[in-house]
Amino acid sequence: MTPLLDVRAITKTYGARIGCKDVGFTLWPGEVMGIVGESGSGKSTLLGCLAGHLAPDTGEVLFDTRIDGPRDTLTMSEAERRMLARTDWAFVHQNARDGLRMGVSAGGNVGERLMAVGARNYGNIRARAEDWLDRVEITADRMDDRPGAFSGGMQQRLQIARNLVTGPRLVFMDEPTGGLDVSVQARLLDLLRGLVRQMGLSAVIVTHDLAVVRLLADRLMVMKDGHVVEQGLTDQVLDDPQHGYTQLLVSSVLQV
Amino acid sequence: MNNTSENVAAYNFAYLDEQTKRMIRRAILKGLAIPGYQVPFASREMPMPYGWGTGGVQLSAATLTPDDRLKVIDQGADDTTNAVSIRKFFEKTARIATTERTQEASVIQTRHRVPETPLTEDQILIYQVPIPEPLRFLEPSEVETRKMHELSEYGLMHVKLYEDIARHGHIATSYAYPVQVEGRYVMDPSPIPKFDNPKLSDCAAIQLFGAGREQRIYALPPHTRVVSLDFEDHPFDPSKADAPCALCGDTHSYLDEVITDDAGTRMFVCSDTDHCQTRRAAGHDKEDAA
Repeated sequence: MTPLLDVRAITKTYGARIGCKDVGFTLWPGEVMGIVGESGSGKSTLLGCLAGHLAPDTGEVLFDTRIDGPRDTLTMSEAERRMLARTDWAFVHQNARDGLRMGVSAGGNVGERLMAVGARNYGNIRARAEDWLDRVEITADRMDDRPGAFSGGMQQRLQIARNLVTGPRLVFMDEPTGGLDVSVQARLLDLLRGLVRQMGLSAVIVTHDLAVVRLLADRLMVMKDGHVVEQGLTDQVLDDPQHGYTQLLVSSVLQV
Repeated sequence: MNNTSENVAAYNFAYLDEQTKRMIRRAILKGLAIPGYQVPFASREMPMPYGWGTGGVQLSAATLTPDDRLKVIDQGADDTTNAVSIRKFFEKTARIATTERTQEASVIQTRHRVPETPLTEDQILIYQVPIPEPLRFLEPSEVETRKMHELSEYGLMHVKLYEDIARHGHIATSYAYPVQVEGRYVMDPSPIPKFDNPKLSDCAAIQLFGAGREQRIYALPPHTRVVSLDFEDHPFDPSKADAPCALCGDTHSYLDEVITDDAGTRMFVCSDTDHCQTRRAAGHDKEDAA
């Protein structure tokens, strides 16, 4: 079996400062990888490099494309990379407003990716948008409302629907539950877990919330100051942390 | 009077200096070579406010020769402020002949209409364009829209049409209706009514589009295929008011609705004044339609 994503020695520096250094991992089909660490540890820089938003200084990101097999996305043409980004990849932003078109109705937001890959039948686009809104628990009567009229949790669910409608194989998530209150978080996590399992998605989730990775991630990578300090199975890392920083991170979680 | 003509003599032919006209002609040639592509050009200040056709005027100035006959249309009419003042401007600065007849003109500058009379190979149609970027109101970043044109990523244009149908039940965009040129660039046809869109396709005349404030020129060479965007189940419909012209009785021309009193009385008349007058001179009247 070929790994879906094979990341090799990614380094990104901002001048003299290190964004992330020498990061590598493999992601297998259907697997969810969690990346945790404090603010400034290079999580988002790494995710940006993987998703093609940032150009790393060195390294390779091999993605198993449907047609040509594993290819380095960093050396692809921009047209190919953008095509991947709207078909096989999805990117869920921390702030739903970054990932949504606020001036376009919920249905239009979900339909955009379909139209971007050539769907030209209004009835079909609308039916699929409705189906996806239903899957993320947004009722059909809110379909023609703009995202501005939605609550934070709904906006985040809308963003997820918009990303998953083209049936991607790899989802990048940057703090998908950030800024949501705990009950909304719980529902969102429940939804995400269901979708990931049901669609057999692979995902890379960046978060500082250990509860999120405990629920969603199969494997875990702990980052500090741009370096990976520990990685392994989620339960193993969280229940028996080896590195000093991981121990600190795990013991910092408030118990209610 | 003498004084005026002396001042005018101080201007170069058609107001702009020769180097500027060369620069604009280069942009026109590039635009004709890449139909629908927006060519940036160093738009000059013209002696009229932005929004009054500074782009079109610069194109006209660069295209006119002393033998040309110019017609200027403003929303179909030859006798409104914009048309009259631009016509006068070139009468004065280029001392060329002008006309109100579509057939007689060799260069036609137009604001928001395509003449009803089919154009010929010997004519150039120049459009005044306020916002040349069809994606502008959907994507505010110029960097991003250029990238979208580069990579032919036009899904967003259909999002606009989707929104129309979702909100109004049909495609409610009635002017500046987006078109795709030869299967490549998506283009704003300037704010002409969508009724005029089919006339852009396979037109015998050269069509030039100028946006002065936005500093863009784009063009359609003769007989270019231009397709209005639509959905399979909501096809493009070049609609117009469902009435005959109250003056010439034409049932096929684009109509203006004129409110004639404060009690809601209205009449529909041809928007193309030359077309309407020609028909009336040939003996047509409102009884025609009946």
